[in-house]
Amino acid sequence: MSDHRLRVIGLEKGFTLHNQGGMRLPVLRGIDLTVAAGECVVLKGPSGTGKSTLLRTLYGNYLVEQGHVLVRHDERVIDLATAPPRLILEMRRRTMGFVSQFLRVIPRVPTIDIVAEPLRSLGIAAQAARQRAGTLLERLAIPQRLWSLPPATFSGGEQQRVNVARGLIAEQPIIVLDEPTAALDDLNRAVVMALIDEVRRRGSAIIGIFHDVEVRDALGTRIFELPHAESA
Amino acid sequence: MNDLSLTDVAATPYETPLLRVSGLCKNFGAVVACRNVSFALWPGEVLGVVGESGSGKTTLLNCVSARLQPDAGRIEFQLRDGRVAELFEMSEPARRMLMRTDWGIVHQNPRDGLRLGVSAGANVGERLMAVGARHYGEIRGNAADWLRKVEIEVARIDDPPRTFSGGMQQRLQIARNLVSRPRLVLMDEPTGGLDVSVQARLLDLLRGLCSELGLAAIVVTHDLGVARLLAHRLTVMRRGEIVESGLTDQVLDDPQHPYTQLLVASILQ
Repeated sequence: MSDHRLRVIGLEKGFTLHNQGGMRLPVLRGIDLTVAAGECVVLKGPSGTGKSTLLRTLYGNYLVEQGHVLVRHDERVIDLATAPPRLILEMRRRTMGFVSQFLRVIPRVPTIDIVAEPLRSLGIAAQAARQRAGTLLERLAIPQRLWSLPPATFSGGEQQRVNVARGLIAEQPIIVLDEPTAALDDLNRAVVMALIDEVRRRGSAIIGIFHDVEVRDALGTRIFELPHAESA
Repeated sequence: MNDLSLTDVAATPYETPLLRVSGLCKNFGAVVACRNVSFALWPGEVLGVVGESGSGKTTLLNCVSARLQPDAGRIEFQLRDGRVAELFEMSEPARRMLMRTDWGIVHQNPRDGLRLGVSAGANVGERLMAVGARHYGEIRGNAADWLRKVEIEVARIDDPPRTFSGGMQQRLQIARNLVSRPRLVLMDEPTGGLDVSVQARLLDLLRGLCSELGLAAIVVTHDLGVARLLAHRLTVMRRGEIVESGLTDQVLDDPQHPYTQLLVASILQ
């Protein structure tokens, strides 16, 4: 039995640059894709084929132009193409997690609270949320003395790990990953890979971009090749 | 049976918003300040209103806070008992009561929202007395709690805000507004006149309070960085009209309207 979490139907996405004389950049055309619980779908294709654009569209960060992005949210089926912004925010809390390439730092907020925040927004008590955040940060080798500091001054690798912890902590049913291991050394990369695989085995549907072949082979259960927009 | 099918797409259930503005128009002589502005706001949401100077942001806020009567349009607010009332159809006393109890207004210039000559504690306590608090000890205790919440030393409770820094005055203004537990807070450039380091502290405080108290808020700002940090949703205004609305990160990362694209492209990186 397949438990489908996400289904993309005939997705088209491009950009119109109004201040460049209305120049039109088509990026995605005719994308059809289904992701089930417990799957890790790896997006593949040369640079410029729209892998990141697809991920961002699945998270509601980019608007759907044509087609549909169906998401199972609780017991309902929601189409991101028509969902009101308020509903998308609610879906991000409970249904869709995202690990971006870079951490968008919030001034003055301690690392531990940045990581715990997705659990807090689900109504989990501060202490329990912090405890879970601490467990994740420990596994990701962020020394405890740094937890009370905002991550603005951390190294690129440390920030990336904080970002991974924040993105995985709530274990939403769908998790979108954009190069989660890009800035990491071998040791930390192995830890991040193990965490992602555990989350998948516990039933999350994962879709991501991993440039590293080793990571891709270890984590991916399926590869999705993006067609060139012009040739599709 | 667990397939996702287009025919199963659920309709979004209707929920009455806390505030609904529809078709709002306001002119000053021949100058159009707001033209056909419509939006809704639900509890717990922070809505950012961005746009350049003169785009009608502040006029919109002044209409919504009932300080300015619109030429046309409706401003409907859901009262605590669930009824929905139109702001300018209410009696004057009812409207005043609503503004004292359910609404907070944080002005860009703290001088417009504080009484600079009376003590910080009295500035906070005054709002409580306006909603019926009478016990001096409780009012003072509550005021002290709020000073702590906005990171002002309680030892300064008897000092007049005239002696405070700009950042402290702004934090005191926030305490004064939130002490009566309003359901809607309107903020006009809340970080406007502050140093960047002080801004970060204030933004962080506002973020925390909004989510902790489940406040609905409208934040007018020309600073897209402030909007990104504070607002869940964003509305872009130009020449009195809303040209684009959506999720904050979507509007900033995938802007659709030429004006929004220009605005986003103009941010110094």
